[in-house]
Amino acid sequence: MTVKKKTRKESLFVSGHRACHGCGMALGVRHILEATGNDVIVVSPTGCLETFSSPYGFSPWRVPWIHHVFENAPAVATGVAAALRAQGRDHTRVIAIGGDGGTFDIGFGALSGMLERGDDVLYICVDNGAYMNTGGQRSAATPTWAATTTAPAGRQSMGKAEMKKDLPEIVAAHGIPYVATASIAYLGDLKKKVKKAMSYHGPRYIQIDTPCPSVWSFASHLTLEIGRLGINCGLVPLFEKENGKITAVRKIKHKISVIDYLNKQKRYRHLFDSEGGQEEIEKVQTLADINIEKYGLLAV
Amino acid sequence: MDSVKVVEGSEAVALAVKACRPHVISAYPISPQTHIVESLARMVADGDINAEYVRVESEFSAASVVAGAAAAGSRSYTASSSQGLLLMTEVLYASAGMRLPFVMTGVNRSISAPINIQVDHQDSMSLRDAGLIQFYVESVQEAYDMHLAAFKIAEDPDIMLPVMVCMDGWVLTHSYERVQFVDQKAVDDFLPPFAPEHYLDPATPKTWGSYAESDAMMEFKYAIHKAMTEGKPRIESILDELSALTGRDNSGLIEAYRTDGAEIILVALGSVTGTVKDAVDELRDAGKNVGLLKIRCYRPFPHEEIWQAVKNASVVAVIDASFSMGSEGSIGLDLKAKLFGRPQAPMVVDFVAGLGGREINGGTIHRLVTRAEEIQRSGELLCEAEWVDLDATIVS
Repeated sequence: MTVKKKTRKESLFVSGHRACHGCGMALGVRHILEATGNDVIVVSPTGCLETFSSPYGFSPWRVPWIHHVFENAPAVATGVAAALRAQGRDHTRVIAIGGDGGTFDIGFGALSGMLERGDDVLYICVDNGAYMNTGGQRSAATPTWAATTTAPAGRQSMGKAEMKKDLPEIVAAHGIPYVATASIAYLGDLKKKVKKAMSYHGPRYIQIDTPCPSVWSFASHLTLEIGRLGINCGLVPLFEKENGKITAVRKIKHKISVIDYLNKQKRYRHLFDSEGGQEEIEKVQTLADINIEKYGLLAV
Repeated sequence: MDSVKVVEGSEAVALAVKACRPHVISAYPISPQTHIVESLARMVADGDINAEYVRVESEFSAASVVAGAAAAGSRSYTASSSQGLLLMTEVLYASAGMRLPFVMTGVNRSISAPINIQVDHQDSMSLRDAGLIQFYVESVQEAYDMHLAAFKIAEDPDIMLPVMVCMDGWVLTHSYERVQFVDQKAVDDFLPPFAPEHYLDPATPKTWGSYAESDAMMEFKYAIHKAMTEGKPRIESILDELSALTGRDNSGLIEAYRTDGAEIILVALGSVTGTVKDAVDELRDAGKNVGLLKIRCYRPFPHEEIWQAVKNASVVAVIDASFSMGSEGSIGLDLKAKLFGRPQAPMVVDFVAGLGGREINGGTIHRLVTRAEEIQRSGELLCEAEWVDLDATIVS
């Protein structure tokens, strides 16, 4: 059976879904599917994407899509890929698209298993740094000192004290062919990375920074701007790692201080309002500087 | 030509699965299921099964892999036990809700804590709410036979639910029995390739696993229950086809063994039913009117068939190897609920026995019948289950 090719005009993720105004994830998914084309099966865990895209009776997905439970998207994707192989359907590709909750935390074990087995799945994590679907609880992907509802700022707390789990490096340590970080701030770059990932077989991982206007708390028309600020201060490094080696890095042309990123989001407001906040901002700056050093982010 | 061989129970199951030509097998080991997945692994390594064998990192993923594979249109199989079955719980509920047909072997083993690897039925009974069809087998032969039917039942267009074939750990999986195997061609005629109407396909994109509000949730759940209860005749007819295929009597959601004229009827499932049949024969020889109701299909619960078999008895003595803490034994709860209010229904005594692999032998059955006779004479009201052979030095 031939698969009808979609023209450029027909989106594979149409409008009418229930994402928040300015949702970075919704924008990202549409462009991901533009890059993959329609000969794919998409698996998503429970999360924002699943909830806003699949109220019973409605769906924006113009590709086959399955949501099973929260922590098993990588394993369900493995199962789909195994079925396709068994049926000889070798042109159809399997993609998992899930949030940081289902990827960094509860789905971490299943993700590692999928990577270790070498399953032919492209796993894309749309990372907004918390359990946003349920109002913004802390995840391992929450950046240091961001406030969340389960690690709020208070008289005895500055929000999340721990580092953001370095999932791209953990994933890369499984020895897989392609790992990349991307952002909805640079959609052309994102699509190039998706296309390159699709040219490989085996497990592949792309982590996309998808700012969340609702919970990071910024005006919903500023999503791309916030994304750019995160990249340009060094907190969101964009790179590609192929077979264990960094092969490309997006250089920062005009480096900014982390302050210019943090001060635009209410989830960091407490750093500016409280005593001792300045010290914590400097810690965040250090984290950014470590990235800049590690990945060589400054344009020479 | 059908062949006969002495094989280990686990090997018989693996051979049944092989005969059903699955596309995808996912495997995570746990005693006492391990020999099944190891047998299948050897067959795959030798090219005797043409399946994708996925070595997952947990039972949660084992169940998730077969769910994904079934959604993508492939016949799939997995197996687990005890802690592993419980770890699969969420995935099994979701799979039943999404009407994904796959087959799994539930190798019965007790549930921690304390940790114990011997047989009882707590694991599969804990899952009886999930929407899986459940069968319990008496022997290695029956384990082989039921797996052949399991795929056909799961994949029936009016059923489309996961099926669990439960078999007692060690007692059946690790014992050797003379098994008669069905010719591959006959199995192929009985079980054609899986051809679902809906599956994940870019040519006809569909959305699976939607979010249902309270205006649709009950209907989805009711649909599962309906598929099971209205599926009973279809299950029965497939079991009749199985009997024709094997030349053995695999028919019926229950087996009523010498229940005609029985005043005391024991109710049991799993391998203990073999022991009970022997004890029934001895007791009948000694002039006692006893019989056995063996439950083969536990979900959907065959209450009408049970009623027809027990309605003229005085006492029904349930042998329960699983318990709902704070209430009663699992089978006891299901059975009493369905017999309640029926005209002149027999008294029901719920015996809890065999937890953690504690032996239930012929002597035990004789003693249970004696106790049932006491109850028959005294007409006492029984509000609690009776725990059999408790060691009073540990707990009283």
